[in-house]
Amino acid sequence: MATVETRKLRKEFTGHTAVDGVDLTIEEGEFLVLLGPSGCGKTTLLRMIAGLETQTSGDILIGGRLVNELPPRARKIAMVFQSYALYPHLSVGKNIAFPLKAQGAPRESIAGEVERAAKMFGIERLLQRKPRQLSGGERQRVALARAMVRHPDVFLLDEPLSNLDAKLRNLARDELKQFQRRLGTTTIYVTHDQVEAMGLGDRIAVMSAGKVRQLGRPQEVYDEPADTFVAGFLGSPPTNLVKVDGALVGIRPEQLLPPAASASEGAGPTVPIRFSVERVEDLGAGRLLYGTLPDLAPAQKVIASLAYTVHSSIEAGHTYDFRVHESNLKFFDPTTGLRLPPRPLPARRSA
Amino acid sequence: MTAPALARPGWVERASGVSDSTRWLGPLMLAPAVIYIGLVVAVPFLMAIGYSFSSVTIGTSTPRFVGLENFKAALDDPAFLKALGNTAIFSLVSQTLVIVLASILAIALERRFRGKWLVRLLILLPWVAPISLGSIGWLWIFDPVYSVINWTLRHVGIFGPDTWPIWLGQPNLAMASIIGVHVWRTMPLATIISLGGLSSIPQDIHDAADVDGAGFFRHLFVITLPLILPILLVAVLFGLVFSVTDMIVVYVLTRGGPFDSTQVLASLAFFKSIDGGDLSGGAAVALFLLPVLAVCAVLLLRLARRSEVV
Repeated sequence: MATVETRKLRKEFTGHTAVDGVDLTIEEGEFLVLLGPSGCGKTTLLRMIAGLETQTSGDILIGGRLVNELPPRARKIAMVFQSYALYPHLSVGKNIAFPLKAQGAPRESIAGEVERAAKMFGIERLLQRKPRQLSGGERQRVALARAMVRHPDVFLLDEPLSNLDAKLRNLARDELKQFQRRLGTTTIYVTHDQVEAMGLGDRIAVMSAGKVRQLGRPQEVYDEPADTFVAGFLGSPPTNLVKVDGALVGIRPEQLLPPAASASEGAGPTVPIRFSVERVEDLGAGRLLYGTLPDLAPAQKVIASLAYTVHSSIEAGHTYDFRVHESNLKFFDPTTGLRLPPRPLPARRSA
Repeated sequence: MTAPALARPGWVERASGVSDSTRWLGPLMLAPAVIYIGLVVAVPFLMAIGYSFSSVTIGTSTPRFVGLENFKAALDDPAFLKALGNTAIFSLVSQTLVIVLASILAIALERRFRGKWLVRLLILLPWVAPISLGSIGWLWIFDPVYSVINWTLRHVGIFGPDTWPIWLGQPNLAMASIIGVHVWRTMPLATIISLGGLSSIPQDIHDAADVDGAGFFRHLFVITLPLILPILLVAVLFGLVFSVTDMIVVYVLTRGGPFDSTQVLASLAFFKSIDGGDLSGGAAVALFLLPVLAVCAVLLLRLARRSEVV
């Protein structure tokens, strides 16, 4: 177990900057998620921490020790790859034993350690098989077992769930979190999936264009986005951003409250907001409403999301009196995209 | 209004009828290759099999069937046994060297470095240059009087004033020389095949091995080489078949000499049947290793099919 720290870490490839001065401190035992769209530099950042890429400038510290010049094997890390990268010619048992043999563990202890790791992931009966004979879920478990078998200081996980089918992914996510809790190993997890990030992370670092846009607990990042990128990236459907009087107003689709819904207590006062519905999409587990806010910005499309439990009848072609908690209105600078202090919503065009 | 373009002459209609028909188009396209291989490879091959069981010579007009006589005679001939041994040494030693050197080269060439394209080009050159041309170049390099090797080594000071090896004129040196030249010209193919194998290993596997703590040698011997082993075997078998059946290096450099010390089966068959006129005896020599090569070829085809890495 160890802390991981990056200081002004940069990586330039010919023609573009993949990671642009990242300062991060990951606490001991913490589960940090690097979240961002593809090409945002999150995988490059992870690979630099692993030692698989050399940084252009900046420092990396693991457990307080400067590891800038150390090769991957000297960093006491373990990594799980998106493809799992199991050694195709070795049996599952030998795959798991590989890191132990590589670090010169005594022969007698290896079998026991492999057994223990296999048991932990429920793959004891697969030890003799070759990777190609395994299902996607089984391969993922083997990759995890291989990573944890030699008790690394830090786990690095690069989209380890993205090759699983949707059904398996939820289960695997839950298991992964439990293993990490039990082992208490510092973990850095790269994903582009905001659901995984929200569900797994102790903290999330949202990245875009090589920079960390916001770092915080999942709820923090979700509720108090630092800029329009974070507001738009987290949440599905994304936050509505409408331009009103020189500021962008961000409203999450699920925070647009329909007429009959009761306002949640303790969330402060609400403001009325009229919503003109153009189309209703019934998704079974809820409804999506497409339309505009005629009082605020009649020309800009907005989405509202209604939970399954909301039964108010809403039809396309009508305008309804919705409400929003004042605290749920976020304001952003339209040029920089950065968060602005709260301000009253302009009450006009109410004719 | 009719489109004039639609009115095509009758022969165009008939021709496009043939090209549209899957029944005729495939065989038509294959025909040149099949005819070529049939005439240049299959017919001589079948003739050789026929000759090897007969008494035919260049002068005979009425050959007799003699059964296995020619093969028995070959086995009693010390020159044949010598050539058989030489073929084994020549093929095995050269291909062992080729596979080791080609693996090293391929691994080196997979790295990124400045001027890599030039090195690749130079290594490929022996393969694309005409074989006889390359061999004649070596003939000069090994020249008993003007040998560049001897001249260089003497000037560097490695050879003393009394050392002047005749590369192609001393039995062991001659064998070493033709093996050297053969390695030089067959290594490019093996290198390219190995490179193909190496580049089919996903980068993730190498990264995983690095992270898992493997040092250079563990990485090489436990991960990289086992993964390209099937493809390396393909390269070895290719090389073996090629070495056993080829005679150009021997023909150009030594003509099998001195004292038959570099005579291989392919060159012996040539000298016996074409130069010596003993068509049946030469055919028997040429076909002697056919069973061995057939096994090689079958293995080769089976391996090639299974050699995808992941």
